[in-house]
Amino acid sequence: MEQQTPYKHKFLPYLLVAPQLLITLVFFIWPATEALMQSFMVENTFGTASKFVWFENFSYILEDEQYLHSVQVSLVFALATTAVSMGLSLLLAVMADRVVKGAQVYQTFLIWPYAVAPAIGGILWYFMFNPSIGILAYWLKGMGYQWNHQLNGMDAMILVVIAAAWKQISYNFLFFLAGLQSIPKSLIEAAAIDGASPFKRFWDIVFPLLSPTTFFLLVVNVVYAFFDTFGIIHATTAGGPANSTAIMVYKVFNDGFVGLDYGSSAAQSVILMMLVGVFTLVQFKYVERKVQY
Amino acid sequence: MGGVLNEKVDRIASEFNESQQEFIVKPVYKGNYTETMTAGVAAFRAKKHPHIIQVFEVGTATMMAATRAVYPVYQLMNDAGEKFYPQKFLQAVTGYYTDSDNNMYSMPFNSSTPVLYYNKDALDKQGVSLSSSESPSWYEIEKIAKKAQEDGYECGITVGWQSWTQLENYAAVHNLEFSSLSNGFDGLDTKLDLDQEHILHHVGRLREWQKTNLFSYGGRRSDAAPKFYNAECVFYINSSASYSSVEANVKKFKFSVAPLPYYPEIEAKPKNSIIGGASLWVLRGHAPASYRGVARFFTFLTSPEIQARWHQETGYLPVTIPAYELTKEQGFYLKNPGTDTAILQMTRVTPTKNSKGLRIGNFVQIRDVINEELEAIWAGSKTASEGLKDATRRSNKLVDKFLRRNF
Repeated sequence: MEQQTPYKHKFLPYLLVAPQLLITLVFFIWPATEALMQSFMVENTFGTASKFVWFENFSYILEDEQYLHSVQVSLVFALATTAVSMGLSLLLAVMADRVVKGAQVYQTFLIWPYAVAPAIGGILWYFMFNPSIGILAYWLKGMGYQWNHQLNGMDAMILVVIAAAWKQISYNFLFFLAGLQSIPKSLIEAAAIDGASPFKRFWDIVFPLLSPTTFFLLVVNVVYAFFDTFGIIHATTAGGPANSTAIMVYKVFNDGFVGLDYGSSAAQSVILMMLVGVFTLVQFKYVERKVQY
Repeated sequence: MGGVLNEKVDRIASEFNESQQEFIVKPVYKGNYTETMTAGVAAFRAKKHPHIIQVFEVGTATMMAATRAVYPVYQLMNDAGEKFYPQKFLQAVTGYYTDSDNNMYSMPFNSSTPVLYYNKDALDKQGVSLSSSESPSWYEIEKIAKKAQEDGYECGITVGWQSWTQLENYAAVHNLEFSSLSNGFDGLDTKLDLDQEHILHHVGRLREWQKTNLFSYGGRRSDAAPKFYNAECVFYINSSASYSSVEANVKKFKFSVAPLPYYPEIEAKPKNSIIGGASLWVLRGHAPASYRGVARFFTFLTSPEIQARWHQETGYLPVTIPAYELTKEQGFYLKNPGTDTAILQMTRVTPTKNSKGLRIGNFVQIRDVINEELEAIWAGSKTASEGLKDATRRSNKLVDKFLRRNF
């Protein structure tokens, strides 16, 4: 039987959670409710007249080829960004883990990009890849490839994936490095004595032991790519060319703030909110329960 | 407005504030055109809006439809008892902002129109020249551009704001109906017609040219400018208001300005081009007395001296005839050849119903759609006909969406 500890203060617990509740209320519950309400309404631009239309906004966007296209773009973008940033940061972490001299210096440099604001990171890559003045575009030209992210959808996608992944590498690197350092050296040494090659040691011992970290980062990176990359896309391609980089979040912005169509924009936000719910569920169900740290 | 223009706007405001004691005008920069409009709408919804908001030309239909939010300028001037002479304004400019009864709804401020910038050195080398007042034909431009490529220039022509310069103005100059119901002037229920014969002809040619770099696309806004500055491209079509940036950035060669090219077989006498830029809209909901200050400011703003200076310093059009006359008197055009190209092109004929302007709901998004489809055409993934058909269909869906919201 569980023993209950009597707790005398009746109001203190409420007082202690109050700030957090207030923040959630003001910055999440309130705007979310507004969005939910607006998603059922059609309003004129200046909000001087509005009417309730039930699910018309939703049916409108779900039939809109452009919206379905943005879902597709989001998936491609999220998967590519996650794969690139996690792959590279794992590689860097494994290498940094083996450095003995000056390890701190390497690690510090690798963390730097994380301090750069997304929009600035985006602009840096934008300049380097600019077809007319960019150094990378110039090199590519030298190699015989006419880089043009203003016209070529694939180039544009590669540009935003690089910019988004580059920013996330530092974060992933930190977690991977911590994960690597928590793997007992004795395991690896034992495998080495048994004659396992460095690659086999990594693949059969290190990688499986790293799986909790990997899974956690997978969720974090997908969420990042879906919801946190607006600044990068806005600063570089603005969703173009021909919407090839217009992810769902970008379309919410575009329809709401450029098109001033608040109903449609709100309906899209509601769909995104539901998506966040699904991600959170996945994280709770699998990351926190099944995979042991 | 940003950058250098911001300083010039500030200067006008402070001069007005010093010129009288009663009212104070406070200019605030809210970002680019889209951001400014969004901020204005948001402010109105929160009842914290300014008296005056600067709205770009593509937002005109949205503002016109917002009868409960907008205080029409003709009414404001009348209510405030301010002397106001709409006939002194340039027809081709105010046309964009007047209703079918010729009432001015907003105050034109910074208006520009596309012109053709060219690398004079490249043309001199070929021993050819272009007039600064007569439109060259597209065939002439094609020939010069091809020759320039043979001479070592990487590309022939590049453009900024492609929907505006290559479709909207193309239609106006050739007297083609861009959108039904007189380009939307006679009703919101207008239908765009982009895949019509003559537009297809031009876009199809540009698409072919893109393959050999005779035409080189360089981005939706003015992102293509470096191609001209670096002497990559010989021709560059963009706003007359780009004049000062072109002047500041072109270092390696001499440049000059000509009117927009045209196809003589479509329209023997090219019509006026249409404007871009922005106008000032007045929002309702403030104390009646304060609107007298707005009226006073408008009078000050459109006085010949202020307008002439604004025109000369920025490359925007003078919005009134007296300001144009004053600039002429001051000898500005003689000292700066090419600076009157835009205004001559705007005023060369009386505007037809196809060259008065465009009034289409959701036009901001429609421009995006047109940009997207044109990009697909330039990239070769769609034919001109497929792209323009899709653009027409998608644009008209956006017009419907606008009607759905404006009840």
